[in-house]
Amino acid sequence: MTTDAVFNRKHLLGIRELEAGEITHLLDTAETFREISKRDIKKVPALRGRTVINLFFEPSTRTRTSFEIAAKRLSADAVNVSVSTSSVSKGETLMDTARNLEAMSPDCIVVRHSMAGAPQQLARMGNSPIVNAGDGSHEHPTQALLDALTIREYKGRIEGLKVAIIGDVLHSRVARSNIHLLTKLGATVCIAGPGTMVPAEFNEFVETGLRVEKRIEDAIEGADVVMVLRIQRERQDTAFFPSMREYAVHYGLRRHHLERAAPDAIVMHPGPMNRGIEIASEVADGSSSLILDQVTNGVAVRMAVLYLIAGGSHAEVDVDKLAPVENQAKKQKGSIG
Amino acid sequence: MDFIEKARIMDGPRINRALARLASEIVEENHGAGDLYLVGIRRRGVPLAERMADKIADLEGDRPPVGVVDITLYRDDLSTVGAKPIVNRTELPGDIESRNIVLIDDVLYTGRTIRAALDQLIDFGRPRRVQLAVLIDRGKEHRELPIQADYIGKLVPTKKSEIIKVMLQEFDEEEGVVIVERPPEETT
Repeated sequence: MTTDAVFNRKHLLGIRELEAGEITHLLDTAETFREISKRDIKKVPALRGRTVINLFFEPSTRTRTSFEIAAKRLSADAVNVSVSTSSVSKGETLMDTARNLEAMSPDCIVVRHSMAGAPQQLARMGNSPIVNAGDGSHEHPTQALLDALTIREYKGRIEGLKVAIIGDVLHSRVARSNIHLLTKLGATVCIAGPGTMVPAEFNEFVETGLRVEKRIEDAIEGADVVMVLRIQRERQDTAFFPSMREYAVHYGLRRHHLERAAPDAIVMHPGPMNRGIEIASEVADGSSSLILDQVTNGVAVRMAVLYLIAGGSHAEVDVDKLAPVENQAKKQKGSIG
Repeated sequence: MDFIEKARIMDGPRINRALARLASEIVEENHGAGDLYLVGIRRRGVPLAERMADKIADLEGDRPPVGVVDITLYRDDLSTVGAKPIVNRTELPGDIESRNIVLIDDVLYTGRTIRAALDQLIDFGRPRRVQLAVLIDRGKEHRELPIQADYIGKLVPTKKSEIIKVMLQEFDEEEGVVIVERPPEETT
């Protein structure tokens, strides 16, 4: 295990600001934690007496459960707070809710919010360590980490791999975090989707190891990993493609597409799946699909993140020096977070 | 940082002879190797456990299973350690239930590492008996918990300012045990 840099930050807000060594340290730690979930007694005392608050302003089953299980397997006390954004005026509630929660001295607040930059704002105004569990179309760092852990488990490495990311890249925080992570660790990323969702301006990032294709067949050509993104109906206030059926015909991943990929290519999807739209059932349930492995690895990754953030002391990070967050989806032009 | 080497208390052959003696004591006390299960504490307890298993195999024909515990997640000083330690894997193959476990570590000092290792073992099952073997015992006066070793390679009474450095070829360039001391002028 050779890590030149270790992850010693107070917050995990995104992948963009991390160095390759920090990412590798997180993945190495997660790999160790995977074993704990295979024990009869799936619990270690590492975070005994610590409190983790899961503050979710957006619906989520998988991520929230995953964070809750991860906290409990480390013996932390996990408290879930679900807030519906629709009923309240957003900015005020976020601040007030956070202030109130902070008054109860949590050791970590895990935040999901529909607004890009909400976790950064909490990190700036408060004292608690913040973990971003998905903010708008900005970042979803633990998803990218669990995807990377899954790739490493099956491919043994990230460096030098070709990864195709298919679908709604524009609205996808999963894609954004993954592109940052995979290119930092030396993979080549090829994205494809409808022109409205994969703007040609993304080509500006070609020097970072990113390529844009129009047809998914071209993106999948020779790919070691095929990542399918979910069509996010909730983030589309205008029509980005004519119909679900048309999307499925042109951009849905089907078995014959995989013939173009590398022989032992793996298929991933962050869930929840729209079967028959972005991914055919025959692929989702096929032998190359690692969708459930991703979920398993999600617990290990979140254990690693919580352990490294809620346990022990941190190097102080000046949050104001972090890169400003822009809402790419709203801006509607090329910029990868 | 540089340490002053004060004394070399064991070399490679002496470590080997101490392990051979411990192996025969363990076999005698446990009436053979039948139910034995050795558990090395990361890091230097692990190669010691492997060598001990080889010696028991030479004596008895049966090589007892060897497991590994990493105590990082069971430490009681997590909030006071600065940089976060790298967490390594715990591997206890097979069943530890009803086995005679021998925990193996290089140095017994405060006893806190052993406490953490015991807690972790108990989370994996209910061994019939747990014993402790160490290459070096720094002396009872340093103990912060009621923990003693059943098998001791060498008892080395030390001062608190001294550090016992065990070097094994698996991790270090040479084999040996030395007493080192932090130079007094150093202010780190």
